[in-house]
Amino acid sequence: MGRLSVDLCGIELDNPVIPASGTFGYGWEFAELYDINILGTFSFKGTTRKPRFGNPTPRIADCPAGMLNAVGLQNPGVDRVIDTELMKLKTVFHKPVMANVSGFSVAEYAEVSAKLDAQPQVGWLEVNISCPNVHGGGMSFGTDPEQAAAVVRAVKAVTTKPVIIKLTPNVTDIVTIAKACEQAGADGISLINTLLGMRIDLKTRKPVLANVTGGLSGPAVFPVALRMVWQVAHAVKIPVVGMGGISCAEDVLEMLTAGAAAVEVGAANLVDPLACKKIIEALPEAMDRYGIRNLRELRGA
Amino acid sequence: MNDVIFTVAAQKRLTDNVYEIRLTGDTSAITRPGQFVNLKLDGLFLRRPLSVCDLEGDALTLIYKVVGRGTALLSGMMPGQTIPVLTGLGNGYDTALSGDRPLLIGGGVGVPPLYLLAKRLRAEGKTVSAVLGFNTAAEIFYEEQFRALDSTVAVTTADGSYGIRGFVTDALPEDYTHVYTCGPEPMLRAVYRKITTGGSFSFEKRMGCGFGACMGCTCKTIAGYRRICKEGPVLEKEEILWED
Repeated sequence: MGRLSVDLCGIELDNPVIPASGTFGYGWEFAELYDINILGTFSFKGTTRKPRFGNPTPRIADCPAGMLNAVGLQNPGVDRVIDTELMKLKTVFHKPVMANVSGFSVAEYAEVSAKLDAQPQVGWLEVNISCPNVHGGGMSFGTDPEQAAAVVRAVKAVTTKPVIIKLTPNVTDIVTIAKACEQAGADGISLINTLLGMRIDLKTRKPVLANVTGGLSGPAVFPVALRMVWQVAHAVKIPVVGMGGISCAEDVLEMLTAGAAAVEVGAANLVDPLACKKIIEALPEAMDRYGIRNLRELRGA
Repeated sequence: MNDVIFTVAAQKRLTDNVYEIRLTGDTSAITRPGQFVNLKLDGLFLRRPLSVCDLEGDALTLIYKVVGRGTALLSGMMPGQTIPVLTGLGNGYDTALSGDRPLLIGGGVGVPPLYLLAKRLRAEGKTVSAVLGFNTAAEIFYEEQFRALDSTVAVTTADGSYGIRGFVTDALPEDYTHVYTCGPEPMLRAVYRKITTGGSFSFEKRMGCGFGACMGCTCKTIAGYRRICKEGPVLEKEEILWED
């Protein structure tokens, strides 16, 4: 085991850096630029039963130290993902990949999970019950402990792979939701999805986003994410994947110190496609600076 | 796609709010006219995409209109300052579609990508006509540069203060083999309705990443969903699906 390696639900990662779903496509665009096998793994674009266009455009807005997105789960649907994207991915990525599952009903979560569970390339299922940009699904499951637990049970029933539940920060008490997921059998928790926000164009006096609201990500949300990771990691026994505004090696070390077993990097990839590579390469020196021999010793500090 | 540090070589004001910036750096990833670059400016989170106007060795020319914080910041940059740039983004125009007598139609800040295209088409020995549309005489730029390429140039102004009064569609020549166009969407729609040949249309959309990762700029086409930053910005006439 290298000094950067960590364990995530029984699977060893060479390092804790995981590009977050929705910021890394199905890996292909980044594989043109660097060998993506240097990553711990990556979480691919949120996948639903049927193909989705997502929300009308504009669905991106710039913000101080971050961005809003209201993409709304554009994806080619689970069957195309398996037939096309995962086949392509095989040629450039040789590690277990994290499959990100989205849905609009408990049955859809289970159906998509079952299909992705059958793919040997898939190491973990990350179940997104926290998308703020869709109606009648997504976040509505992640804001209610009973509904969240129902999704967890339905997915657990169709897979033997570790199930990580991705939570929304747009709740009164995230610990209650996390505990409900743990009790329902989740193998891990990832957080935070984006914070609900909006912007107005003063020239038109209308919202910048066609969807009116969108999810805020980027360095602006890092302290909020870190606080929530800390709260959840101290309340559950299952591993926590910390994300939200991570943009450098020091941010990774803070997240792990707050109790995360691994981290996801999102918006940073969209500004600098080499962000994850740079973070991984900067980790050993940053660890030296703070007297950290290996990353496993940090957890739960 | 390439991640390159460019140095500002010169900055010139072309009109009241349109600037030309010349940058020096590795341009090798730019393979076609109509591609764009994405600039990381200090103090802004997302990059700002701009189409390539001209390219000569290490020298890259961009033209932009100051419309918001990003372009305002860019207009304040001085020679010697550096900008991280992702280069060679998007599909660009395919000169193989041009035929002998291509027609280039640009509106306002949609004109710049047509300049490199015109240069390339002239280098291929094509007879190039250009129709450049502006609101008013004071907003005109690059007319002389297009004329210097030995192409036929018509300029329109909406208020009639210079050239032909009206829109670009009021000044189309009789005879052309293919249309290349870039400009505001109402202009693109008008061109689409009027032309009698095939056409390559360059679109603008608000982008997140600019290289196909975030799905922020997707549009619907007859052939399915297209990311304007990756499978675009140029769409062929046959595949365009206008949304209302």
